[in-house]
Amino acid sequence: MKKFIIAVLAILPTLVFAAGPSAQLDSANNDLADKESLKRGFQSYINYCLACHQLKYQRYNRTFADLGIDEKEGVANWMPTGEKPGDHITNNMPAKEAAKWFGTAPPDLTLEARFRSPDYIYTYLHSFYVDENRPFGVNNKVFRDVGMPHVLQNLQGVRTMDEHGNLSAATGGTMSPEQYDNFVRDLTNFLEYVGEPNKLERKALGYWVIGFLFILLIFAYLLKVEYWRDVH
Amino acid sequence: MNNFMAWIEKRLPLMDAMNKHAAQYPAPKNFNFWYVFGILASVILVNQIVTGIWLTMNYEPSGAGAFASIEYIMRDVDYGWLLRYMHSTGASAFFIVIYMHMFRGLLYGSYQKPRELLWIFGMFIFLVLMAEAFMGYLLPWGNMSYWGAQVIISLFGAIPVIGEELTIWIKGDYVISGATLNRFFALHVIALPLVLVVLVFLHILALHEVGSNNPDGTDIKKPKGSVPPEELSKFKFHKQYSEKYDIVDAIPFHPYYTVKDLVAVVIFLIVFCWVMFFIPEGGGYFIEAPNFEPANGLKTPEHIVPVWYFGPFFTILRVIPDKLFGMIGMFAAIGMLFALPWFDRGIVKSIRFRSKLHFLNLTQFAISFIVLGILGTLPATDFLNMVGRVASLGYFGFFIALWFYSKNEKTKPVPERVSG
Amino acid sequence: MSNAPVNNGRRRFLTAATSVVGGVGVVGVAVPFIGSWNPSARAKAAGAPVEINVSKVQPGQLIRAEWRGKPIYVIRRTEETLKALANHEDQLRDPESVEPQQPDYATNEYRSIKPEFMVALGVCTHLGCAPTYHKDDFSEMVEGVKGGFFCPCHGSKFDLAGRVFQGVPAPLNLVVPEHSFPTEGTLLIGVGQGEA
Repeated sequence: MKKFIIAVLAILPTLVFAAGPSAQLDSANNDLADKESLKRGFQSYINYCLACHQLKYQRYNRTFADLGIDEKEGVANWMPTGEKPGDHITNNMPAKEAAKWFGTAPPDLTLEARFRSPDYIYTYLHSFYVDENRPFGVNNKVFRDVGMPHVLQNLQGVRTMDEHGNLSAATGGTMSPEQYDNFVRDLTNFLEYVGEPNKLERKALGYWVIGFLFILLIFAYLLKVEYWRDVH
Repeated sequence: MNNFMAWIEKRLPLMDAMNKHAAQYPAPKNFNFWYVFGILASVILVNQIVTGIWLTMNYEPSGAGAFASIEYIMRDVDYGWLLRYMHSTGASAFFIVIYMHMFRGLLYGSYQKPRELLWIFGMFIFLVLMAEAFMGYLLPWGNMSYWGAQVIISLFGAIPVIGEELTIWIKGDYVISGATLNRFFALHVIALPLVLVVLVFLHILALHEVGSNNPDGTDIKKPKGSVPPEELSKFKFHKQYSEKYDIVDAIPFHPYYTVKDLVAVVIFLIVFCWVMFFIPEGGGYFIEAPNFEPANGLKTPEHIVPVWYFGPFFTILRVIPDKLFGMIGMFAAIGMLFALPWFDRGIVKSIRFRSKLHFLNLTQFAISFIVLGILGTLPATDFLNMVGRVASLGYFGFFIALWFYSKNEKTKPVPERVSG
Repeated sequence: MSNAPVNNGRRRFLTAATSVVGGVGVVGVAVPFIGSWNPSARAKAAGAPVEINVSKVQPGQLIRAEWRGKPIYVIRRTEETLKALANHEDQLRDPESVEPQQPDYATNEYRSIKPEFMVALGVCTHLGCAPTYHKDDFSEMVEGVKGGFFCPCHGSKFDLAGRVFQGVPAPLNLVVPEHSFPTEGTLLIGVGQGEA
């Protein structure tokens, strides 16, 4: 019996390791509770991403409510598409045409942070480099031969890849490296939020439920001990 | 009120049934940790049925709408996310609990005479549960749902002559499509749950007919008149048991095991809720990341692996180099379990009193099973396939070896009375 | 087995306490199941307030809108119509709008916020048919009343304030929904005057 348990314990780390990411990713270090960061991320998303990438499962008014944006203010300033506050965050890009332009239609990003991971998004947006052989003149280190142009190039600047596959520091961008890190972190934060808007609520509820179960456990245990006096 | 109860009782003896199966059911007093998993499985079954019913209220079984309807449940429906996570976490928890429950049977010989039929019913439950889980896994219509189903359905293509036709018939289309989704939905929410509930009912009836085994593997029902009165259990049991047997070392299931199982259920719920509220994806095992992308017949996920609970059987399939033999091997692995009561020709039930050889054999079986399960979640490489073949040999070897040594096994003397 | 006497009081207390705590748990578990039956965000978005531009509605004209799956009638009443409303009050079931078929802010002689705009659900209070609007020829149904609504299903009649006439199957006046005029010329159905 004991041997069996030891064997299981010995194998567990393998299991955990198996679930790890295959590529080296930088940590996004984003904070879902930071509403200002989420708002900045939302704004950047509208400015740089929404033209191509929809968030078609996410509603504007839900986003306003969760990010602490007043609905009137949201409708006036944070709703480039859609008519009613309850509309989904979509764009008007025709999917077929887009597939012609980019090789593939730009994916919906509602669940991107759950499909990839926040760290992936954070690293991906740092990893564009100059590659003249690609249609848009850029390639990406974590997503080889990606069909997407580097829309944030003006901000980040350009990076090049040396023969060992290492990327140079970015040059010529309007943002300093720290500014760009923060910019991408906010955007990543926003995408993680959109992936599961009730993540914080879920965890908060979890503490209450588990706390309650411990109280129930105390009573159930005392009851068991009381009854089992008959047996022992 | 009493008259009313008596009126009912005369026409349908409910109280009598309650007494027979709970308040006056003789349960061995020495149940240990391994004996809680049956109750836990019933708790999960109820959870799956109830949350499942609630999910169908908002789920849309169609190729065009299924994926979006899951996100609708996760975002737009009040508490929809909670109901969905209860169901998805419950699916994995079900298999953890069922595997533990089955392993308990192996440890203490609960499949041996006279409990063969009980074991067979249990195996049917396991089989239906796998079908239920497989079909349920297609319903979110994510890319892993799609390709997982693709791989498993294509297995049937290995059957000679009719294989290709059969896979098309199962799919109802030339590819997995809305037609496949709809039939899987119907089976998942109506047909299989009905079968499952009936089987669980029969499983419990069969258990109460032959009585519960215990960690010593001794019999708590002795022939009538063979036990001196002062050694009889001091509790009152239903006459169906007490008139036929002298009952020793037993306690009524209710209240003693109801209060004990309640503690187990609460501990289980704490673990369950911890997973559900804090890591509902289960590290990518309970909800796989590629399933956050809609089903796409033109884009295969980087490596397709079935959900973890199919891992052991999937690995046996994969490491056998021939498609047909692979499938036969996989089904044989389940078939061996069905036949376990006849592979084991021993009389001593519990591992506590069986030979060192049996202990080693069971240990290697458990390790092989876990290794097969882990391999099932990893991409195949030559080295891992070799490991998988060794583990498969361990899996099948367990049964073969058991058949040989169990006939004249050197066992320890089994005490007359339970030790605990 | 010990032969110590059973402490029944303690046993009863622990049974009751565990049952109560467990009962709280059951109620807690019921919350998501009951809560999930509330209108979802999709239903709420579909049932969101509807904005109507009424600045171009001609006097006497009826325009229709849809809100939460129900037809909304908006009529721009003329001075003449408004004056005539008082003339047939003796033939009405509820001329004073005593029954709560309208919000407080529309409980007045015209059953409206702005007298010229009548806003009502186009749903007969008898069995839910859509009454038809008779602008000038209503006197065929009620003598001396120029305009009104006639329900084709069972012949219920309403005046141009949605008030029901006597002697018809419909028991109550037409429902005036929550509405408001956030700006001159725009009508918002679903948000009451003074809210939001």
